[in-house]
Formats: sequence, C-alpha cells, structure tokens
Amino acid sequence: MDAYVARSMTWLSLAILAVFAAAVTVDPAFAVHAAIFAAAGFLAAFLSMRSAGDAPAAPKPGEYDDDVIRWGTIATVFWGVVGFLVGLYIALQLAFPALNLGLEYSSFGRLRPLHTSAVIFAFGGNALIATSFYVVQRTCRARLAFPGIARFVFWGYQLFIVLAATGYVLGVTEGKEYAEPEWYVDIWLTVVWVAYLAVFVGTLVKRHEPHIYVANWFYLAFIVTVAMLHLVNNLSMPVTIFGTKSYSAFAGVQDALTQWWYGHNAVGFFLTAGFLGMMYYFVPKQAERPVYSYRLSIVHFWSLIFLYIWAGPHHLHYTALPDWAQTLGMVFSVMLWMPSWGGMINGLMTLSGAWDKIRTDPIIRMQVLALAFYGMSTFEGPLMSIKSVNSLSHYTDWTIGHVHSGALGWVGMISFAAVYFMTPKLWKRERLYSLRMINWHFWCATAGIVLYASAMWVAGIMQGLMWREYGQDGYLVYSFAEVVAAMHPYYLIRAAGGLLYLLGSLFMVWNIWMTIKGKVREEAPMHDATYNPAADKPLVPAAA
Amino acid sequence: MSAYDVARHFADSWGLVFLFGVFLFAVGRALRPSARDEYEHARTVVLRDEEPGK
Amino acid sequence: MASKFFDHGKIERNVTLLMVLGLITVAIGGIVEIAPLFWIDSTIEKVKGVRPYTPLEQAGRNIYIREGCYNCHSQMIRPFRDEVERYGHYSLAAESMYDHPFQWGSKRTGPDLARVGGRYSDEWHVQHLKDPRSVVPESIMPGYSFLADRELRTKGFGGDLTALRRVGVPYTDADVAKADEDVRTQATPGADAADLIARYPKAQARDFDGNPERVTEMDALVAYLQMLGTLVDTSKAAPKEQAR
Repeated sequence: MDAYVARSMTWLSLAILAVFAAAVTVDPAFAVHAAIFAAAGFLAAFLSMRSAGDAPAAPKPGEYDDDVIRWGTIATVFWGVVGFLVGLYIALQLAFPALNLGLEYSSFGRLRPLHTSAVIFAFGGNALIATSFYVVQRTCRARLAFPGIARFVFWGYQLFIVLAATGYVLGVTEGKEYAEPEWYVDIWLTVVWVAYLAVFVGTLVKRHEPHIYVANWFYLAFIVTVAMLHLVNNLSMPVTIFGTKSYSAFAGVQDALTQWWYGHNAVGFFLTAGFLGMMYYFVPKQAERPVYSYRLSIVHFWSLIFLYIWAGPHHLHYTALPDWAQTLGMVFSVMLWMPSWGGMINGLMTLSGAWDKIRTDPIIRMQVLALAFYGMSTFEGPLMSIKSVNSLSHYTDWTIGHVHSGALGWVGMISFAAVYFMTPKLWKRERLYSLRMINWHFWCATAGIVLYASAMWVAGIMQGLMWREYGQDGYLVYSFAEVVAAMHPYYLIRAAGGLLYLLGSLFMVWNIWMTIKGKVREEAPMHDATYNPAADKPLVPAAA
Repeated sequence: MSAYDVARHFADSWGLVFLFGVFLFAVGRALRPSARDEYEHARTVVLRDEEPGK
Repeated sequence: MASKFFDHGKIERNVTLLMVLGLITVAIGGIVEIAPLFWIDSTIEKVKGVRPYTPLEQAGRNIYIREGCYNCHSQMIRPFRDEVERYGHYSLAAESMYDHPFQWGSKRTGPDLARVGGRYSDEWHVQHLKDPRSVVPESIMPGYSFLADRELRTKGFGGDLTALRRVGVPYTDADVAKADEDVRTQATPGADAADLIARYPKAQARDFDGNPERVTEMDALVAYLQMLGTLVDTSKAAPKEQAR
C-alpha cells in the first residue's frame, strides 16, 4: 500500500510543479509543455491511486511479461503511419509550396523535424523498445526485470514523443538535426533512457541461458551508445529554467563536429545496431533455423562498434573542419562496408537450404528485401563518404535518397516483418488476419521505395551537376532558381513513391487491427502449384 | 602543448592501439576453436525460447 | 570439471560480464578518440572582424532557428570554384565561432546563405520573406508574412546574452545591461547608434522591415540576414607568397 501512496504522491508533486511552471512562465510554448506534462502527471497519479489495493498484476507463470510489448507494437504502427503521412505532406510541399498554407505551424521548416523525429524516434524507437523487450525475455528465458519500470519506459517515451512533436510545431527547437528537442525534453528522455537501460540489463542479469544471445549485444550497444551521444550532443545552457530557449554548449566547428558525431552514430547505433538486433532474432525465428554463422555475427558486432564511432566527419567534407578529421572519417566509413556486408550475408545465408520460403512466406520476403536494402545503403554510404564523390552529392537530394533507401528499405521493412511476426503471438491468435495482405504491403512499399530512391538519385546528381556547370564563356550556366525549377518532376515522383509506401502501411494497420480483434480472413493459402498425387501418373493406354 | 594536441596525440597513438587491442581480443575470442560448442548452444537459443525458465 | 573453481557456467558468466564492461569501454573509448575535437576551437585561427552578434541579430538568428531555415539553407561555402563564384569566398572556421548552435546545414533546397548579407536590399528581403514567389517565381519557399505583424519579444534579452556568455561568447557587462536598449537602437531610424557600433563594429542600424514604428520579428530576421558574412573582409585574402 505504501508503495502506491508513494508513487501517486511523486506523480502528484511532479504534476503540481509543472502547473506552477506553467503559471510563472512568460513563454507560451513552455506553458503548453508544462500543461502537457502536468496532465500526464495527474493521470499517472490518478491511475496509481486507483490501482491501490489491487493485487499486483503478476504475470502468469510460464508466460513472458508482454503487456509493454503489446502497447509498443500498437504504438509502432500508429507512429509509423503518422510519420509517413507527415513525410508525404512535406514532400508535396516541395512540389506545391502553396501547401505551406502561410501559417507558421504548417511550414516546411517546422514539419520536416516532425517527420524525421516521428519516423526515427517514434516509429523506430517504439519498434526497438518493443522488440528489444520481446527478444531479451525470450533469449534469456526470463521475464522482464522491474516490470513497473518497463511500463514507465513505455509511457515516458510516449510523453517524450508528444513533447518533442508539439514543440516542433510551436517552433521549440535546438536547431540541430535529429536532436531538435529542447533541454527539458532532453532531460526527460535521459530519465526514460536510464530506466530503459536498467530494465534491459536487469533482464540480462537474471537470464537462465548461459550465453547472451548476439541480438542482445546489438540492442545493448544501441542503448548505451545512444545514451552517450544524446548526453554530449545536447549539452546546452537554458536562458531560464522557466523557458524553452537554450543555447548549445558548443559553437561553430566544434558544435558541427559534435552534431555529426551524434548524427552519424545515431544512424550507426539507432538505425543500424538496434535493427540488426531485431534482424538477428526475427530472421532465424521466421526461417525456423539458427543464424548462418554465430561467429560471423560476433565479428560483425565488434567491427561495427569499432568503426562506426569514427565515421561522423564524412558529413563535413570540405567544410572548415580540419583535414585530418575529414580523412579519418572517410577511411573508416569505407572500411565499414566490410562488416556491413558481412552482416547482410550472415542474415541472407540463414535462409540457405530454405530459399523456397522467399516464395511462400511473405514475412521472409520482407526480411530478405530489408537485408538487400541494408546491403545497398551500406554500399552507397561508403561510396558517398569518399571526398570526391561527396563534393558532388553533398547538399543535394542524393543524400535524401540514400537516407530513405536505408530508412524505408532496411529500417521500415525489418520492423514491419517483426510486427507481423509478433502480433499473432502477443495476442495469442492462431495466425495473422491475412498473409496475402502482407504481400500487398510488400509490393506497395517496394514500388514506393524504387520510385523514391530513383527519383532522388536523378534529382541529386542533376542538381550537383547543374550547380557546377560552366559554359564556354567561363560563367556558371544555371542560376540557383533554375535548378530548383528543374527538380519539380522528381519531387512529384518522390511524392508518388511516398504515397505508395504510406498505402502499404495502411494495409498493415488493417491487418494488425483485424488480427488483434481475432478475425481471420478467408483467403487462398500463400503457396502455388498444388500437388495432386492422383493425377501424377502416366496415362494407361486404352486396351487395344 | 595544448589540451587539443595532447588529446589528439593520445587518440591517434595509444588510444587507437588500446581500442584495436580490445577489438582483437573480442574477435580472437569469437574465432578460437574451443568456442565452437558454446556458440552452437547460443546459436540455437532462438529455437527453444517459447517459455520463460523457472 | 568437478571443482567449483572450474564451474563452466560461472566462468562463462564472468566472461560475459567482462564483455559487457568491454562494450562500455569501447563506448567510452569512442569519446577518447573523438575528444580532441572538443578542444578544436583552440586551433581555429583568429580572424580579424569576427565579433559576437548584436542582440537584434541574435534575436533574428533565433527566429531563423525557430522557423527551421537550416532544413533547406546551408551556411557553409566549400572551397570549390563554382561555390565561390556563386556564393562568395569560402567559409572560414572563425566565422562561426560565436554560433550557438552552428547552422552549417546539410541540404541546399534553397541557396547557401553564409554570405547573403548586403547582396539584396532590405525591401527585397521583406518582400521575399512575405511572398517568395512574387520576387523569385521558381521558389518553393514557404511564406513568412506573419513575421512582419509580430512584435519582437525582447524583454529580458540580457538573459539570453548571459546564457551565451556562460557558454563562451565574450559579451561585456555593458552589452548585457544594454541588451534591450540595443535592440531598439539598432532597429529604429534616427536613434543614436554610436555606442552600439563602438561595441559591435560594422553593426548596421536602421529600420529593416519598412515599418519604423515597431520592432518586429521581420526587423530581427532581416538584420541577421543582412549581416551574414559581412564581418570578415575577404578581399584582404590576397596571395601571400613572395615572388622570387
């Protein structure tokens, strides 16, 4: 009983503090955020009080603690659709600027961080938290350590997302890409992240398997490194503790380096290591055979960890950053190609002897495509980090295309596959509502990515070449505005690709929704060439 | 020597050697022949995970 | 393996712990390897003319950040012939030494702005910000007409300067004390700006938004754009090698 009272009182006092902050601030955005925080605090206090007296919800023996994972799966699907929708909208804004609507809240500059954060942190983050809790329990054969804290991690993370998202629309930003949330949101995320680390490591410690399965290594590296990157890159000095504005602790070249050390390792540890953890569990699981080479997976892990941390400066080629750092960034980025392809081969070869599953199992098909895109973007990345290539590609839409072939192809597809894998198991359904619908999702998404990436390659290379084109008279041929105008058709194709990708994800929403409701779609099974042994014999010639 | 020079000197000499050493240790451990059995056990953990342990 | 000392499970667990510690070492090792770059400012060559932003310029810079201009505009000219001809002398590290945060950008959906100061008139900027396509038909930039209607909130801007001073920008006590006054002085035509210009050399003081009665967010943003890249005299970067 005491625990409930203590917990409610803690939430209540945090909520009252937030009300106080909302009352004294002169900054309207800060007041909005304090009000959101206060509402969350009151709700948490109310719910803890209401649950007082109830027996603690102990999971049934012989069952994993899957509540948080069920919520996380729904959150992943929800935020995914939100992120894709905002992405489509801002893609259309670039083709039809009237869609900015002349309002501050709907202009590209404020919606673009909303899109990037929604897909990376809300969709990707929820997918990582949910799958990491799923995987760590099952590969450790143990229930989650600290179930209460695990619930806090989930809801605390959603609060972080809401604060960050509303902040962007209100113009609250630190102005550093992928690290836009302001100082107080950063502090909240730090609290949530430490709790996340505690639950994850706690579960590892109470494991019943002697070994820590390799997927958990990747998840652990993701959690630890993201904590470090987040803390260092977001160091900043608030103007007042009752206001949103803060100034970065670093300036100029130093800030640029810190930011891209963060930015690139966010790609390396959030979007790569974390999702590789997902891959190393769900691919073997879906294929029903162990990973091709466990040793290769360990070598993959350590090489990735050692090389990624150096690669950041390739975002700053030919800038005012010292040359030695640029060259190091390039060399390590090129070396990264090897472990990345090692990992891809390891994932693909897991299917050796079961290649027919690509034809018959749409989830496997999705995973194979994800690995193919992982391989493609980890080849394209090192290529673009070569200084002479970068001189053309930097600042252009080629970079946008590269990021999206990784994000839509690798991160998106591997997460969708995990969602499809987990949902029937989490809700104890015999199977998904529809396997054929996964196929529709697969083809919509694949066509979308192809349109997106090819449009951005053409646009990016064209942009780069037009900017540097000289005529015979020795003058630049194109004005900047002419290059902008030349992009219009490609921006339309890109938006069409985004629309297809969004459409695919709507099939997923429907499929997951119906699966949770317990429906099963009547459909022809997902394999071809039925076999009729009765017909499989030579004709007996009629008696003469 | 400024802090920058000291730190940079350490980073591209002993710091790098140390990290490379940790890397070799980790990879060496992964590749040693006696690891075969335990890795075989770990490799198949995903196939026997349907219920939590005691 | 009967003895407890050689308990395989125990050794395995200890080695696992060792590896977890190894992982954390590597994460921290990453910092050690990157650490030199945190002191990189000590290697930035001092360049004549670079000074902290005036309060009005800094307020404009904050609006630039708030509206997410960095999503489409870079402020970093690379040392290539086409970039130098298009945008001006390549950017120097020292020019962004007081930028908290830096705004080098990563994408040029719109042109680079590192040296946009003085390239267009104030009227052009105001018109362009209100309705970009009225001056550049091909433009896909959002309109920002609301900036012209909104009073610049500057009460207590000394607090911002204090925060900046805490992270290393050398504002003097006088700068902090006069912050609010400096904002009005710089944006009001006919105000005596001698003291302001003495503390912030090359500061441009005038009405920027075409509305002398009010100090709007438009005033601040245009003041910021008009000073970008104007502090360092790049024409002084003449060849230094002595002919033999």
